[in-house]
Amino acid sequence: MNSKRALRLGEVLKCLVYLLLTIYAVISLLPLFWMFTTAFKEGSAVISMPPQWIPYPTSLEHFRKLFSVSSIFRWLFNSAIVASLVTAFNLIFASMAAYPLARKQFAGRDLIFWLIISMMMIPGQITLVPLFLMVSKQGFLNKYMGLILPSMVTPFGIFLLKQFMQTLPKEVEDAAIIDGCGEFAIYSRIILPLTKPALAVLAIFIFTGNWNTLVWPLIATNSELMRTLPVGLASLRQEQMVDYGLLMAGAAFMAAPMIILFLRFQQFFTKGLTVGAVKG
Amino acid sequence: MLFGNNNTKKNLTPYLFLLPALTIFTVVTLIPVVRGVYLAFMRYSICGSSFIGLCNFKEIFADPIFWKSLYNAACYTIVVVPVGIIIALFMAFMIFPLPNNSQSFYKAAFYLPGIASSVVLSLVWSWLYEPNFGLLNYLFSLVGIEPLMWLNDPRTALPSLMLMALLGGQGGSIILYLAAMGGIPEDIYEAARIDGANRWQQFIKITFPLLKPTTLYLAIMGIIGALQVFNEIYMMTFGGPNNSTITISYYIYRNGFEHFNFGVASAAAVTLFSIIISLSVLQFKFFNSDVQY
Repeated sequence: MNSKRALRLGEVLKCLVYLLLTIYAVISLLPLFWMFTTAFKEGSAVISMPPQWIPYPTSLEHFRKLFSVSSIFRWLFNSAIVASLVTAFNLIFASMAAYPLARKQFAGRDLIFWLIISMMMIPGQITLVPLFLMVSKQGFLNKYMGLILPSMVTPFGIFLLKQFMQTLPKEVEDAAIIDGCGEFAIYSRIILPLTKPALAVLAIFIFTGNWNTLVWPLIATNSELMRTLPVGLASLRQEQMVDYGLLMAGAAFMAAPMIILFLRFQQFFTKGLTVGAVKG
Repeated sequence: MLFGNNNTKKNLTPYLFLLPALTIFTVVTLIPVVRGVYLAFMRYSICGSSFIGLCNFKEIFADPIFWKSLYNAACYTIVVVPVGIIIALFMAFMIFPLPNNSQSFYKAAFYLPGIASSVVLSLVWSWLYEPNFGLLNYLFSLVGIEPLMWLNDPRTALPSLMLMALLGGQGGSIILYLAAMGGIPEDIYEAARIDGANRWQQFIKITFPLLKPTTLYLAIMGIIGALQVFNEIYMMTFGGPNNSTITISYYIYRNGFEHFNFGVASAAAVTLFSIIISLSVLQFKFFNSDVQY
């Protein structure tokens, strides 16, 4: 009797859990859904009341306008170049720095590691003005160099790779030392290939982070052609305040590559998040 | 010290590997931080700067908009960080016992908005909040709630930004909590069940205390991030209406890169820097007892 009732209560609770989770999932996906539907609506349908949930008829009108009023393909190109270069530099420099921190004994190791970690706490605002002055003095404003310089290596990247390299067994280097490999060969031919999973996580993290970043490219560019996608969309927003069909087309244009990347490489995204924050 | 003394080259190698990263950090972080602090005490102009002591600080401390921007950033943080953590913990608690495929579905659904940048989300939410044709007021009208002005009303503008952060931004925290829950050994729960603890008691007495490191991490990172909120302000409100959504980051940006008053911007940045550093230190002191299991 009693256990039967407990069972029924359990069923009800289970349904309630699914219901709550689904409601929250709908709420969290609704904005993206609304962005795509609006982007594919016909001009007048955008502000029709009651609103259309599914665009009918679908139209590429807003995208055509987006391509003609803005330099969005150039911004896409800039974003892709900047994010790729920053990712490449991070992989190289962070793995080089992580290697001795994870695998070597040397004076000052803990101090250097602690210094690098504590840099994660520094708010970007304090370096903004000095970086701007430095970059403009060097003539790097509106140059790719200026856009990538401040993020060429990140404390997070070193931390993530160091944590991973520490878990590799000691024997991998011993064999190489017996074979007479030099330090650089051990790093590049043995440690790096074994670190591939962590490098993939870092690459995805840095790439999406830079794809989405607004503040620095906003300050380091003032020519229309050197904007990255976020800065370009911000300027579009200021010029086309109320043309939401156009703005949603722009937002969808910027979000789509990241969403595809996420759906394809989901496990790398979640792995990068959990490094360092979870015990054990 | 296996191969300590064959030559000095070996001893230098670790530093050579670290050299590129440390050089870049020096150029793009350490020197700029020092220079940022220094600029806060200077009057900056292109032909040369002059030392003016605490004048920049006096100027911002006398500026009601500076206090307003600190107050707004604090309000935003005090609401968004704890409520966000509670939502994330609650969601993770509900997802955790589910079978694997439902787990991955919900994880993906909650994390997806975080993948689209805050620039994209800001554009979308401006559209959702649009008073006449926006989706939210339409949904309100279906259930008979009076339409709101959302971002256009000084009373609802900041709460609207908080709502946006709370509804879309918890995916990362949920995934972190789930990973941490997976790391708690099953036998602790078994022992509790034998002692007759129900699921709620298990959560309060076991799960929550053992998740403390994750909660601490989320709290610190959340506070650091929320105090610096900028993109949403820049994309959605420009600090308005009537400075009701100006935050300290936006104040720094406006003074530095719209008025080109680098001294004042730096003084405000130094203030934010000190607040963030002291909060981080405080939190570590209070919470950082090692959890053993």
